[in-house]
Amino acid sequence: MSGARPGRLRAHGARVLVYLLLVAGAVLALLPLVWMVSASLMPTGAANSYPPRLLPSHPTLVHYREIFTRLAMGRFVLNSAIIAGTVTAVSLLVNSMAGYAFAKLRFRGRDRLFRWLTLGLVVPVQVAMLPLFLMFKEMGLINTYWGVIIPSLASIFGIFLIRQYAIDIPEDLLDAARIDGAGEFRIYWSVVVPVIVPILATLAIWTFLTTWNDFMWPLIVLSDQSKFTLPVALASLSGEHILDTELMMAGSVVTVLPVLIVFLALQRYYVQGIMAGSVKG
Amino acid sequence: MTFEAERSRAARLFILPAVALIALFFLLPVLAAFLLSFTDFDIYAIGNLANARIVGLHNYTALFANPVFWTAVKNTFYFALVGGPLTVIVSLGAALLVNARAVRFKGLFRTIYFVPFVTTLVAVAIVWRYLYHPQYGLLNYMLGWFGLGPVDWLGDPRWAMPAIILLAVWKNFGYNMLIFIAGLQSVPEELYEAARIDGAGAVRQFRNVTLPMLAPTFFFVGVVTMIGYFQLFAEPYVMTQGGPLKATTSLVLFMYTEGFRWWRMGNAAAIAFVLLLIILAWTLVQLRLERRRA
Repeated sequence: MSGARPGRLRAHGARVLVYLLLVAGAVLALLPLVWMVSASLMPTGAANSYPPRLLPSHPTLVHYREIFTRLAMGRFVLNSAIIAGTVTAVSLLVNSMAGYAFAKLRFRGRDRLFRWLTLGLVVPVQVAMLPLFLMFKEMGLINTYWGVIIPSLASIFGIFLIRQYAIDIPEDLLDAARIDGAGEFRIYWSVVVPVIVPILATLAIWTFLTTWNDFMWPLIVLSDQSKFTLPVALASLSGEHILDTELMMAGSVVTVLPVLIVFLALQRYYVQGIMAGSVKG
Repeated sequence: MTFEAERSRAARLFILPAVALIALFFLLPVLAAFLLSFTDFDIYAIGNLANARIVGLHNYTALFANPVFWTAVKNTFYFALVGGPLTVIVSLGAALLVNARAVRFKGLFRTIYFVPFVTTLVAVAIVWRYLYHPQYGLLNYMLGWFGLGPVDWLGDPRWAMPAIILLAVWKNFGYNMLIFIAGLQSVPEELYEAARIDGAGAVRQFRNVTLPMLAPTFFFVGVVTMIGYFQLFAEPYVMTQGGPLKATTSLVLFMYTEGFRWWRMGNAAAIAFVLLLIILAWTLVQLRLERRRA
């Protein structure tokens, strides 16, 4: 037996252990979601059986038909899409302009203002919700899309993320455009934006996912069922349909699927942006 | 106009929309909430502002005399102090596994672990409510393999909070894992080589190189996770409605019920400020610990 043998054996054993743990973790991470999809395809009552089944014996789409007809879930999908889409588009412009200005354009009080803004990251949003509700009631924004949208249009986190990225833009690039006689907005639009596209993509995905998944503020603002976003509708339906397991799972799939697709399609930009942002922060 | 002056004018225009939105719809309401907490603003005041009176510290003294408030404080700390560290440890474990040398399919595992984080909290909270079903739930079934249970997860006041913590760990560890992976990848390889030359094994390399180098990452992850966890709301709202026996009533859920179900806005504003102070104090403690270390 050579001397290297036990060491190699141990390294081999360690590798097997690492893979075992990785696979076990992956199973645990996906199991709730797999069960959600599977239960949504089971005939009524089949998800409440002992022993629990992991796969449907007779898959059916009947619950999906029901949530889109009787429960009119299409309306909630539309509401969520309108709100998340608007917030994403507008906030991207608002936050990137501010983030770029904080990073690259000098003006008096800039750094002090930015420090005050970052202090706001520690303040829980729930504190603002009570007066905001009263304010929006006066403005007639309660039970409207705008009531949900407006408070999310500017985000301190978003400004922070853009600033961190834009701070590395070479000064020469901006000066060259200035010498060419370009105005500041023109420079932002045709020089800065193309350079910061990767972080814009990260922020866009982040904003879309957060807004789509947001619960507490839409729950407070929206009172009319026809205006509900998916999470608010789902929480409200789960009250009366708690026993209809398969139906609720179909509703959960419809709620989660769009964000999952967005994430899986664009994860390259998303994951890299989050990792880059954290290292510098 | 000079270049400098035009640039600073442009800068002000660039930050104006963001700063105005934040001032109007965040800063101003936070200040208003502070004032609100010193009034008896209730449903009659919503109808007519003249019905609101200044009551000084009455909301706070009433709150401190209310046992439900202390239950909510206790539950919130239970969730944050147990769930927070647990999430961070699981995240670090996942990051170390995914980042381990000679592991293939790193990207695939990273993606799978991150998936729970992007899902909709309300939807997965409903899913977990069924997984926790005492009779038909998958979790009790699996515990049965080891001769454990059945546990009435959401119906037993002792188990309801652990059940919510378990869901939160599952939902959130993927985000922190990404941050830890980024931190791990920024540790210079030479440090490990030097440690190996000194004869350090895997455990000592982890203790003497990895952990110290990850300290700033721990700080970032810790602060972000704890701030988020002190704001526990949707999980108990959807899964337990704060029960059983108020075992999962968090500060934010208590604030929501007081403010938006019973319209006791003054009371609710006082709760919100207690929450703000807790988060502020906790973050300052973490900041001080980090400064002392660095």
